[in-house]
Amino acid sequence: MTATVHRDQQAEKRETPMPQAPRRSAMRWLADHLVLIVGILVLVYTFVPIGYIFALSFNQPSARSATAQFEGFTWSNWTSICEPEGLCESLRLSVTVSLTATVLATTLGTLMAFALVRHSFRGRSASNLVIFLPLATPEVVMGSSLLAMFVSLGLDGLLGFLTLVAAHVLFCLSFVVVTVKARLAGMDTRLEQAAMDLYANEWQTFRLVTLPLAMPGILAAAMLAFSLSFDDFIVSNFTAGQSVTFPLFIYGSKLKEFPPQLFVVGTIMFLISFVFVIAGEVWRRRRVAALR
Amino acid sequence: MTARATTTDSDPVVDGETSKRRGRGWLLLVPGMLWLAAFFLFPTVQLFFTSLYDPSGSYEQGYAMTWQFSNYVDAVRDTWNLFARSFLYAGTATVICLALGYPLAYAIAFKAGRWKNVMLVLVIAPFFTSFLLRTLSWRTILSDQGPVTDVLQTIAILPEDGRLLATPVAVIAGLVYNFLPFMTLPLYASLDKVDHRLIEAAGDLYASPVRGFRRVTFPLSMPGVVSGTLLTFIPASGDYINAELLGTPNQYMVGNRIQSAFLTERNYPLAASLSLILMAIVVVMVVIYVRRAGTEELL
Repeated sequence: MTATVHRDQQAEKRETPMPQAPRRSAMRWLADHLVLIVGILVLVYTFVPIGYIFALSFNQPSARSATAQFEGFTWSNWTSICEPEGLCESLRLSVTVSLTATVLATTLGTLMAFALVRHSFRGRSASNLVIFLPLATPEVVMGSSLLAMFVSLGLDGLLGFLTLVAAHVLFCLSFVVVTVKARLAGMDTRLEQAAMDLYANEWQTFRLVTLPLAMPGILAAAMLAFSLSFDDFIVSNFTAGQSVTFPLFIYGSKLKEFPPQLFVVGTIMFLISFVFVIAGEVWRRRRVAALR
Repeated sequence: MTARATTTDSDPVVDGETSKRRGRGWLLLVPGMLWLAAFFLFPTVQLFFTSLYDPSGSYEQGYAMTWQFSNYVDAVRDTWNLFARSFLYAGTATVICLALGYPLAYAIAFKAGRWKNVMLVLVIAPFFTSFLLRTLSWRTILSDQGPVTDVLQTIAILPEDGRLLATPVAVIAGLVYNFLPFMTLPLYASLDKVDHRLIEAAGDLYASPVRGFRRVTFPLSMPGVVSGTLLTFIPASGDYINAELLGTPNQYMVGNRIQSAFLTERNYPLAASLSLILMAIVVVMVVIYVRRAGTEELL
């Protein structure tokens, strides 16, 4: 696919006439690149709050709300992340919940995706519908129905880690199924047939051919699940009981005495995921280069 | 279009091995389905029963089941304006997201060249930080002393005493911002699959670029438009964080009401009937929309 793009662009370059009237060619350049410019502007817009979070992480804490204004530069927020009471506990809980939910949702979802793409059975479209329904359900409905169930089953006392994991797996599951399904549907099944022809048994074919080919989709699904779970507020607000995840901590401390350390955590979250994605991309490019 | 093509591609394989694989397919599906049944289908049924409890009961004393269908009538009578506002805000935000996300997705798919993957990363990168923090920083940016209000007042788009924060504009802007990647990514996925030769063919047949886009590229990107609008509209219609942080009670959406009925007032029958009405309206809208757009295979 990328190859086609390159070829197209080279073709475009060759066809561009020599700049006779500079103004006309400037207009032409603009027309050619207009979409790209608009696209970049939209990207810049999405980064505006990130700049704010980054700047506010160096903000001198003041008597007034930390979100209001920039009072002065300081490193102190970065060296005292755990100082606001409960912040680091909430981070720890969020990481545990998200990791557990990611592992469970990715495993269950991948199995389901394989079943739906690779196997035919009665009730497949009904299953597809059941998987689609949570995607069509607003989070507030999902959270409230879970709370109503836990309460009416007399499980209020259990609200906390277990109910959070149950809820997070639920809303990640459909996204995992959809992502892995897309990867499996685009895969060339002839490769597996070739492996079978070369006397690999079913398990070997799966382990050595199918799974490696599906891996990018599974990893993407896991990353999506983790970020959905880690950032979830609405469903957690209903199912957390007394425990406090990181988003719940932010919400609880909003406005009045907002600890600037939260902006530090926000910046670090951004940087860590950025490094992850870049590393993944470098790894991918290396592999592509090695395969050539 | 593409979805249909891939299914037909893989079907012969599946068909060839149906006899062998029929039983095992179910086994792979069972654990996930049990999870969905226990934590989605069952709670929804439970929610339905909760919505029919006698509203005069309370959380502490318990509720009596009186099949109180009038709960729904009461809920609609008291909150129809919240529903109307939710769908208005979510609809507006979805249209703006499409207007912003389409050029971005198009640029990544057709114009970015070797920067394609970098741009894709940049699309999701801002969303790695907590969305509450991002919404709170919009609160600062759009505040009365903030830069946006200043600029708009200087160029007289906004009157001297005009404000952005605590208005519908701020709430819709927040919704647009928070759900933009849900629009951009499916759009990109669709546009990336478009066969470039078809667009070239349109040009060869003397279609102007605009006409080529309108008659070839855009129709081929329809699956992305449909799933993007759904993935934006559905969460936006149930959202209450943007209304709470960027608006006032005058901008509250139905999500705010459900939230407070459940967690603050603990009026479970009301909250449950509101939830179910919201869910029913969303599902009906989704089905009608998907039918009309002719992309059922997305489901």
